[in-house]
Amino acid sequence: MPQHIALKDPHREARIYSARTITAILIVMGLLALILSRYYSLQITEYETYRTQSERNRVQLQPLPPKRGLIYDRNGVLLADNRPSHLLSIVVERVPDLEETLKELQKLVPISASDLENFYKKKARRRPYETVPLRFRLTEKERAQLAVNRHRLPGVTVEAQLLRHYTHGELFAHAIGYVGRINEREAFELDSTDYRGTFHVGKIGVEKYYEDILHGDVGYQNVETNAHGRVLRVLERFDPTPGVDLTLHLDIALQRTAQEALGDQRGAVVAIDPANGGVLALVSTPGFDSNLFVNGISSADYSALRDSPDVPLFNRAVQGQYPPGSTVKPMMALAGLESGLITPEYTVPDPGWYRLPGDSRRYRDWILKIRGTGHAPRVALEMAIAESCDVYFYDLARRLTIDGMYDRLHPFGLGERSGVDTTNERRGVLPSTRWKRDNLNQPWYPGETLSAGIGQGYMLATPVQLAVATTALATKGRHWSPRLVRTIDGEPAPAPELPSVKATPEHWQAVQEAMRAVVHSARGSARKIAQGIEYEMAGKTGTAQVIGIAQNEIYREEDIAERHRNHGLFIAFAPFEAPTIAVAVIVENGGGSSAAYPIARRVIDTWLLDEATGESPVATAVAAE
Amino acid sequence: MSDYLRQLPDRSSGLSRRPGAAQRFYLDLPLLGLLLALTAFGMVVLYSASGQDMGAVVRQGRFFLVGYVVMIVAAQVRLQRFERWGPWFYLGGIGLLVAVDIAGVGAKGAQRWLSVGGFRFQPSEVMKLVVPMTVAWYLADRTLPPRFKYLIVCLGIIAVPAALILIQPDLGTALLIAASGLFVVFMAGIGWSYIFGAAVLACASAWPVWMYGLKEYQQQRILTMLSPESDKLGAGWNIIQSKTAIGSGGWDGKGWLRGTQSQLDFLPESHTDFIIAVLGEEFGLRGVVILMGLYLLLLLRGFWIGLHARSSYGRMMAGSLTLTFFVYIFVNMGMVAGLLPVVGVPLPLVSAGGTSVVTLMAGFGLLMAVSAEQRTVKH
Repeated sequence: MPQHIALKDPHREARIYSARTITAILIVMGLLALILSRYYSLQITEYETYRTQSERNRVQLQPLPPKRGLIYDRNGVLLADNRPSHLLSIVVERVPDLEETLKELQKLVPISASDLENFYKKKARRRPYETVPLRFRLTEKERAQLAVNRHRLPGVTVEAQLLRHYTHGELFAHAIGYVGRINEREAFELDSTDYRGTFHVGKIGVEKYYEDILHGDVGYQNVETNAHGRVLRVLERFDPTPGVDLTLHLDIALQRTAQEALGDQRGAVVAIDPANGGVLALVSTPGFDSNLFVNGISSADYSALRDSPDVPLFNRAVQGQYPPGSTVKPMMALAGLESGLITPEYTVPDPGWYRLPGDSRRYRDWILKIRGTGHAPRVALEMAIAESCDVYFYDLARRLTIDGMYDRLHPFGLGERSGVDTTNERRGVLPSTRWKRDNLNQPWYPGETLSAGIGQGYMLATPVQLAVATTALATKGRHWSPRLVRTIDGEPAPAPELPSVKATPEHWQAVQEAMRAVVHSARGSARKIAQGIEYEMAGKTGTAQVIGIAQNEIYREEDIAERHRNHGLFIAFAPFEAPTIAVAVIVENGGGSSAAYPIARRVIDTWLLDEATGESPVATAVAAE
Repeated sequence: MSDYLRQLPDRSSGLSRRPGAAQRFYLDLPLLGLLLALTAFGMVVLYSASGQDMGAVVRQGRFFLVGYVVMIVAAQVRLQRFERWGPWFYLGGIGLLVAVDIAGVGAKGAQRWLSVGGFRFQPSEVMKLVVPMTVAWYLADRTLPPRFKYLIVCLGIIAVPAALILIQPDLGTALLIAASGLFVVFMAGIGWSYIFGAAVLACASAWPVWMYGLKEYQQQRILTMLSPESDKLGAGWNIIQSKTAIGSGGWDGKGWLRGTQSQLDFLPESHTDFIIAVLGEEFGLRGVVILMGLYLLLLLRGFWIGLHARSSYGRMMAGSLTLTFFVYIFVNMGMVAGLLPVVGVPLPLVSAGGTSVVTLMAGFGLLMAVSAEQRTVKH
């Protein structure tokens, strides 16, 4: 330290400091002069302009909310539209006595408690002389009532506004989602400038996922008003940029067929175009009318939907997680072929049950309770898939091990969110020893590997995941993160491709042939739907147990309450040689796959045969290549 | 005796002959007078800006009372003590900033406040004094202008608190704190080559950061901040209103309590950051010129104290405190008039606010301690 002091030269330092001070003073004076010149130009040069502007603040800046982008199906059928609607709003500054006015208004039109609550919230955040909405969607009669009494109600205005309308609310509720009034949390998160003058925002589904581009950009106009707030003259106008229109891959006819085929049953259908990952149909039943949500659903309607045992608000297609059951068998077969554990000719003895070495427990095949024996003395790959033989896959699962299964099934997209462009997607479960350790903190037991081998136990998949996996089966390995939206503002929005499932062509061939036998062979588990079919279809049935069945108990459907019946599943693609559609169907408590495969057939029939769908699916496939 | 007085011109004034209260309490009278004048002017404007709310004025008056007490107490402290305490304050301040980032109380998505026993304060506010104190402490013993390696240490001293405040996030305060530390370095006389070098480097690195480091919406935010008037419904709305208020004031102003923009609540934040708009509307350019004149005199007095300080620590502190004070004035007045981006900087001694007033007055106390050092050797 003393060293530094020895080197210090106080005179030099003082000299430098003085120089710096003079520099600083010059800079300070210069910048103050700059500021002063700005105030001079505002207050002297442009005085007249600003004085006029400030006079009683007759000049107002009004936001012009953008028109929300429209949503069309693939054929150009309008699904989400904006319709003019009238809203009652108040300019608080122009109302002599707010409480009195509100009381007066309540005598003229019904105003609910939640309307009032929203009004007060918005009032607290408003800018001076900004209109605050009180009641949405006025009827013709209510408007007339208000118009007659207008002279008594200064500061009360009726404004026209565009409101979302879903032309097929029931049919697309789960696929498109809906908009609703901006709530407090959203008001905080949204850009307050961009949403000035906008009262609605996408809440779920496509409406939420694409909110950014559907919304558009706000505009504004500078208007001169009279003392009562009526606009006299528009001084300056900057038009809003409307939101971008979306065209979906969804096909209204397919959507309708799927909905009708599901009927009163709880379930879901997802259909994907194997050429590009576009979602052709996405239905979850029961649904609801999405228009209910646009203007604040009444609490009675809402509790009815929320408390229904059928959970209509639950989007089974992306949120429903079900044991995939035997629908994993084609993927398991490919895993066995690729890992060299089986060949198409390899056979397994099938007495109707399977036993782990050194374990007395019998793992039964579903056929045991029907025939009292196995499918055949020895079962090979094609029969194992076509007739859905459990023993064959118990044996394969044991040899593959659970972690081997994880490695081979994961590329199909099981256990991962597909990334479909909607909200609330669940990821399902593809179990592994690590998964069980991390999530349940338990070791893996060998018997659990056998359950996993037939898609039971811990394994869970959403219908959309199954549809993606089916796409890979249809295309021999290619699949996409599915997309509901096909074009954005007319520009194609291609689905991101997922890493392909790698396997040799012969192995793909063997699995696909076996899947064809499910439908087209004499003993195929879905042979019933081959009746009168005009094309070749490949599929796989699945039955998922809802409750565990004890060792010696025989399962009898009629004894079990409806809610405990098995889920029915079916995955399929068609036409066999050049697939243009891949479908996954689940029917909750359908009893078995026989509840699901007729639905798939109807959907595929509509897609392949129905001329009324407008666009030729063949043309689509060609265009995509 | 008369010879002796001639050699010490400071003591030749009336002050030295009759050791009055001001001298006994180490108060710098010109500074005190200017501060009182600004305080009084500020309260008058505040009464109007707060919608003639006497409560707000009384509350602000209480803050000023605390502020003046803090200032007078600070003026009693020997400058060497400040110098020695600096680094300890610094370490404590860093601790508080970390505490704010971990356990702070949020307001509008930013954590800035620390709540201790119902008493809330902003540690970042205190750092506005502590950072220059620490840099000046570090440089005071070294040869000036500082050598390159010392410069690096100074930048480190400045960067740590600035970064901690930046993640609160509070960009405005972080920049102000960085500036207050850099002013010390500037007054210490670093070479112009460093200054220009740093400026060139900053410009050169801004481009790749802009191109590759920022997402499109972040770029949009910055553009909006740089030209608020393009965002007419958001930040631009405030600026349009404040410009209308100022411009419609003209030369004479509309008269106290007669500003239509201010009184009809068109003006946002009228009693805090945008208070100059109320002043401009009601007192006109005349009022603005008077305010600027008072500020200018205050700044010149600050520089004068620095020029006459005995120690290099005192010099650097006086210079940096004065320049920091100027930055407040410049940024606030520029921002309200639509000349600069809108960042939350109050108009010093006029805008309503608690912590900021107390910190400001503590700074003036330090300035008075510097001024006292040149006249007397304290006990």
